[in-house]
Amino acid sequence: MATAPKRSTRAKKPNASKEELIEFYREMLLIRRFEEKAGQLYGMGLIGGFCHLYIGQEAVVVGLEASTKDGDQRITTYRDHGHMLACGMDPKGVMAELTGRKDGLSKGKGGSMHMFSKEKEFYGGHGIVGANVPLGAGLAFANKYRGNDNVAFTYFGDGAANQGQVYETYNMAELWMLPVIFVIENNQYAMGTSTKRSTKSPSLYVRGEAYGIPGEQVDGMDVLAVKAAGQKAVDHCRAGKGPYILEVMTYRYRGHSMSDPAKYRTREEVQKVRDERDPINHVRDILLTGKHATEEDLKALDKEIKGIVNEAAQFAQDSPEPALEELYTDIYA
Amino acid sequence: MATNILMPALSPTMEEGTLAKWLVKEGDAVESGMILAEIETDKATMEFEAVDEGVLGKILVAEGTENVKVNEAIAVLLEDGEDASAVPAGGPAPTPVSAATAEPSAQPTPAAPPAAVATVTPEPDVPAGTRFKQQTVREALRDAMAEEMRRDGDVFLMGEEVAEYQGAYKISQGLLDEFGEKRVIDTPITEHGFAGIGVGAAFAGLRPIVEFMTFNFAMQAIDQIINSAAKTLYMSGGQMGSPIVFRGPNGAAARVGAQHSQDYAAWYAQIPGLKVIQPYSAADAKGLLKSAIRDNNPVICLENEILYGKSFEVPELDDFTVPLGKAKIWREGTDLTIVSFGIGMTYALEAAEALASEGISAEVVDLRSLRPMDTQTVINSVMKTNRCITVEEGWPVCSIGNHISAVLMQQAFDYLDAPVINLTGKDVPMPYAANLEKLALVTTAEVIEAAKAVTYR
Repeated sequence: MATAPKRSTRAKKPNASKEELIEFYREMLLIRRFEEKAGQLYGMGLIGGFCHLYIGQEAVVVGLEASTKDGDQRITTYRDHGHMLACGMDPKGVMAELTGRKDGLSKGKGGSMHMFSKEKEFYGGHGIVGANVPLGAGLAFANKYRGNDNVAFTYFGDGAANQGQVYETYNMAELWMLPVIFVIENNQYAMGTSTKRSTKSPSLYVRGEAYGIPGEQVDGMDVLAVKAAGQKAVDHCRAGKGPYILEVMTYRYRGHSMSDPAKYRTREEVQKVRDERDPINHVRDILLTGKHATEEDLKALDKEIKGIVNEAAQFAQDSPEPALEELYTDIYA
Repeated sequence: MATNILMPALSPTMEEGTLAKWLVKEGDAVESGMILAEIETDKATMEFEAVDEGVLGKILVAEGTENVKVNEAIAVLLEDGEDASAVPAGGPAPTPVSAATAEPSAQPTPAAPPAAVATVTPEPDVPAGTRFKQQTVREALRDAMAEEMRRDGDVFLMGEEVAEYQGAYKISQGLLDEFGEKRVIDTPITEHGFAGIGVGAAFAGLRPIVEFMTFNFAMQAIDQIINSAAKTLYMSGGQMGSPIVFRGPNGAAARVGAQHSQDYAAWYAQIPGLKVIQPYSAADAKGLLKSAIRDNNPVICLENEILYGKSFEVPELDDFTVPLGKAKIWREGTDLTIVSFGIGMTYALEAAEALASEGISAEVVDLRSLRPMDTQTVINSVMKTNRCITVEEGWPVCSIGNHISAVLMQQAFDYLDAPVINLTGKDVPMPYAANLEKLALVTTAEVIEAAKAVTYR
């Protein structure tokens, strides 16, 4: 099923209703405000360890979640807060996990990089770069084994795209026609190493071609373009045509983690993306110019989101640390 | 001059085989490369080719003969012009055994493996009156998988050569025919990838059995085994586990060198979240593997290629299981405790038999499971015998024996009348040369010597 890989450009006309546009705006804003708050709590010493923020990449998960249905699974690496919020996991539970408290989604035992929700079919949150790729194919394997038409969304970054197990997985996914979408969130930096410095083959969406997997490059700062590409990929998988690769071109505004001084790129480079390609402003413009919403509507929405995030932050500070007995629970089922 | 055609060794562990079929008859001209016979090894039916040219003078071993030893003369090859009547009965004089296969002179020749059956104490979970049948470890493992696959449609087997080839070591023989390609799945040679796919399928609620052709290759996949399979239940606060079995041969086979001979018992036994079993007998292989497949946690099943072909008594029960985490006392004794597992049990039991003839009564404990480890059975035994030695094929540093020693120090110190001795493989990569490989492995003689040391004989 090898169709030639291709690039899709920024969607010219909105392929979404007013309600959907507002929902996209709302979800992206929730992720951004949540992450800003997480950064703040980290600075206050309330969140420890590694904390990788999703700011700038919001359109990727929000656009792709638009094509999911019940039973579809998602799995990602450690920059995972956005994925959890986008699939409907409770911001309070996510934030309380970041603070390592008992009401966190993993009872405080997983942390920022390791969170899961059986209910929302969110399979983590994995700290080893690339390791979630075969795991995602395994979720798709289960779909095929059970004969349903569910799809496993397997997210990873441009850094993980150089791991050997990704290609082992491409090979088997196509061999067994597994319903998996490999979503490469190309934010252009694997920690401090730009794609230019890590490969002579920077077009990651063509890397499935050798195995017969179709691929497509998408503007990841445009939620509507992401949605359109996602729908195509999902249709391909649900029809039993095997895996699909989406290379979503995105950008993270913050450092790799909270402790990253980001000396590998200029402030101007970041500012330029923020000014010209910001995914939230993009939808905001469409909403306002299309008269789908007024400034006041959006202000009210902003206020509502801030309320949700503040409530989550308060909850995450009020929830107690896990009981000491929890040290020895959940090791064996 | 007439030469003997000898029974060939067609696998690293083959000691004997069945001469299934002759494809030539007496009087036929033989050319180099010609297929002479079909020989069944412990793993497969193989074609046996002629090396030398001549005329097949006499067939010494008829087709259909079982248990033909490697290097036994099976036919006589005549040079052109020689007469078959010149061949003496039984063929020409046997070739002397080459130096390479001789025992190292310093080591006493080990006795033949004991009739395991004779020393087995009855399995406590087997009801009285149960009938037993002789079965190899290989057949027992296959039956365990087949029974569990019949019982639960979510159980499937994946790995290299498990389906069409019928298993690199013939463990999955017949499973493809019974369960079809949906449930018995050949993978490409890509351990890291298929281990991860297996774990992902387990996250989604299936119950995969992932076969590694050997655990040496599982090092390519160990990140998925430990970071993904073992830790996810904990990291998810109990939401998401991986009911998966990773199994395959482990440890030294015979003459396969450093990269194919490692024992991973101590590696995996250290990991919280994993369960680890290392069966010795066929009954335990079957009962433990069935329990492992039903367990909701990732289980490592460390098998042994040399044990695959060994026969043991297996209970004839519809659903025979052995609980994980429970040791077994193979032989009761009063003077010392020998703790072992897996193929180490071969040396432990041989030594116990030899010691008995010298009036030393050894209790032999087979750990069977390394995680959870039934240290209580070991402690109870040592409280009775006051002496302990441990036997394993793995390396000495941070070994299973080291752990047992530490447990005994902390929990049975007052009962010890001698320091615990840990017998292990030597602290070297496995050499290829036959004499060096023998030296690198733990031997029955070493077990006997250590037993005498701790009993001050």
